[in-house]
Amino acid sequence: MDLSYFFELFLGGMTRGSIYALIALGYTMVYGIIKLINFAHGEIYMIGAFTALIISSVLGFTGMNSILILVISGVLAIFFSAAYGATMEKIAYKPLRQAPRLSALISAIGMSMFLQNYVLLAQTPDFLPFPALIPDFKFLKPIEKILSSTQLVILVTTAVVMILLTILIKFTRTGKAMRATSQDAKMAQLLGININRVITITFIIGSATAAIGGVLISSHTGQLNYYIGFIAGIKAFVAAVLGGIGSIPGAVLGSFVLGWTESFGTGYVSSDYEDVFAFIFLLIILIFRPSGILGRSQNDKV
Amino acid sequence: MSNLMKYFSLKEIKKSLVMTLWFMILTFPIMVIKVNTIENTVIWRWGYLAVIAVGSFILSTLWRYMMERKSLQAGNESKISLQQKLRELGEKNPRLKRGALAAVIVLVVAYPFATSMYQTGIMTTALMYVVLGLGLNIVVGLGGLLHLGYAAFYAVGAYTYALLHVHFGIGFWVSLPIGAGLATILGILIAIPVLRLRGDYLAIVTLGFGEIVRIILENWNDFSFGPSGIANIPRPTLFGIHFKLQQASVFIYFIMVALVVFTIFIVRRLENSRMGRAWIAMREDEIASQSMGINITKTKVMTFAIGAFWAGMIGVVFAAKTTFINPASFTLWESVIILCIVVIGGMGSIFGVVVGAGILILLPEYLRAFSQYRMLLFGAILVLMMVFRPGGIVTNVRKVYRIDKDKTGEAE
Repeated sequence: MDLSYFFELFLGGMTRGSIYALIALGYTMVYGIIKLINFAHGEIYMIGAFTALIISSVLGFTGMNSILILVISGVLAIFFSAAYGATMEKIAYKPLRQAPRLSALISAIGMSMFLQNYVLLAQTPDFLPFPALIPDFKFLKPIEKILSSTQLVILVTTAVVMILLTILIKFTRTGKAMRATSQDAKMAQLLGININRVITITFIIGSATAAIGGVLISSHTGQLNYYIGFIAGIKAFVAAVLGGIGSIPGAVLGSFVLGWTESFGTGYVSSDYEDVFAFIFLLIILIFRPSGILGRSQNDKV
Repeated sequence: MSNLMKYFSLKEIKKSLVMTLWFMILTFPIMVIKVNTIENTVIWRWGYLAVIAVGSFILSTLWRYMMERKSLQAGNESKISLQQKLRELGEKNPRLKRGALAAVIVLVVAYPFATSMYQTGIMTTALMYVVLGLGLNIVVGLGGLLHLGYAAFYAVGAYTYALLHVHFGIGFWVSLPIGAGLATILGILIAIPVLRLRGDYLAIVTLGFGEIVRIILENWNDFSFGPSGIANIPRPTLFGIHFKLQQASVFIYFIMVALVVFTIFIVRRLENSRMGRAWIAMREDEIASQSMGINITKTKVMTFAIGAFWAGMIGVVFAAKTTFINPASFTLWESVIILCIVVIGGMGSIFGVVVGAGILILLPEYLRAFSQYRMLLFGAILVLMMVFRPGGIVTNVRKVYRIDKDKTGEAE
């Protein structure tokens, strides 16, 4: 057993887990509030990454400082992702709030197909190189094989986002409204909470964190195409289910567990079956503990 | 008409203009800017912005008009569906019904002889999707279980025939029941772990299952010959007679016609059977149906098993038709297209699935110019369909009992 290899896989899994967590948050928050799996959430993440790529390339030609480019393109990516998320909710989900769950789910699949092909047709089906915007930190030189500076940025950013989100949900008025809506939407409405506004805000926050994930992972892998959102979205969803969908700490925990599973699975078993690990893990969890690691089981009423 | 005129008032135009501006901003980076990362140049496509502006102005007005129409219609549910109209027409003039049936039969029989081999091939594909749609319709439309891994069963059928041929030299007709049988067994196997799941979880697990099957086929080279697939699969024979290419395509067409008739016959029987009614009851409310004495475990397993049966059967035909298969034919999007057929046609309705398969498979073939927009349009149609016409093109009619004076009760 090579210890440095183990640490490399451990930190690699943690990086993966962080990205999954950033996407899974959107799933779990939306699910918590309107009980809908937003299948198109992965596409929002992809659009965020694509926007960042386009903006940073355009700015790159002006010869701007790379940190400044990173900040501007990151902010714009968050803005556009959030805008897409909010618009999507208005078009595809809001009219279906009273409809059966199956209808909303099919609508979400349709939205996912639409956004994927929209980017495919408007841009390109090929992989595009993503510019290396995150500089190499000098102090990481001795351990760069185990932890690259991009990985460090991913880990730190995820931690900051999680802390901010926790503060938002626990201590602000909006957070309180969100928690109330997820517990009982009808009652919250009776108490004067504007549900439509809460749902829009949820979509905006979820999309924004997904965009952060998209920008970070693209600068980590160095390339992207229109299809990246799909598989990342599915895996983040698996992570959200693992942790117990609807629960925010659960989503984070599930993401790390999934990240480590994949990292150690590909590192020690086989890299051909990378995507299979996630699904098999999901299947096992759902059979033995359908409510997830931190989820509460719900009883259905007729 | 005055209703429509409202949309030309200043207030409504202003609303549309706001939406137009919003969509222009929203689509700006993706639609207008195109970066060439190799030559490091930026192409500004301002023309697209104009298209978006005009398009979103018209669409946003149309959207509000449709929304208002929908909310007006929500009150009166007395709409008569297309299926019902046709049926009533048939009941009123039995001669017309017989005539129409005869015309359809003549058309179906004459089709491969009147058109080219290419056209016959397309029609065969459409017929295959009719059967696939009917099979998935059992799971999604009747059972109410969203299944996103249907292509896996289809793959099982295709690989059964291909591998049986490669290893044992077994022919098409023997493989047909074996393929269908293996898919059914797989359907039962996948149904068992997912029994406790419902709705969204079920969708994601079936999706994962479909992907697992595809990834295994892609990576397990010794078993499935990997991503390069299996070639030179023989076309079906008739009592040992081997056909030439042209004849074989006509032959497969007729096999498919027979299978479609067979499927429709069986599915109609199933729908009205005890099992079929249990499926519908399960779709409407699982707990309520359970308390009425329906065995949910058995019903769910049967839904998956019978649904998988058709996919396995068509998989064998698919392998025989294309003579080459590889894992790329059985991606998630294949499952989604079949789902689109069921949803757009009309969930739970046999006639709807036939119409849906016709529209989704034949239209893109004849509108080649739009073929690259196919998936984009499918996506948009799925959303719009769910928002404005959740029942599909041919809304399934719920069975009602009509009490006439001379008859005590008649099932309609």
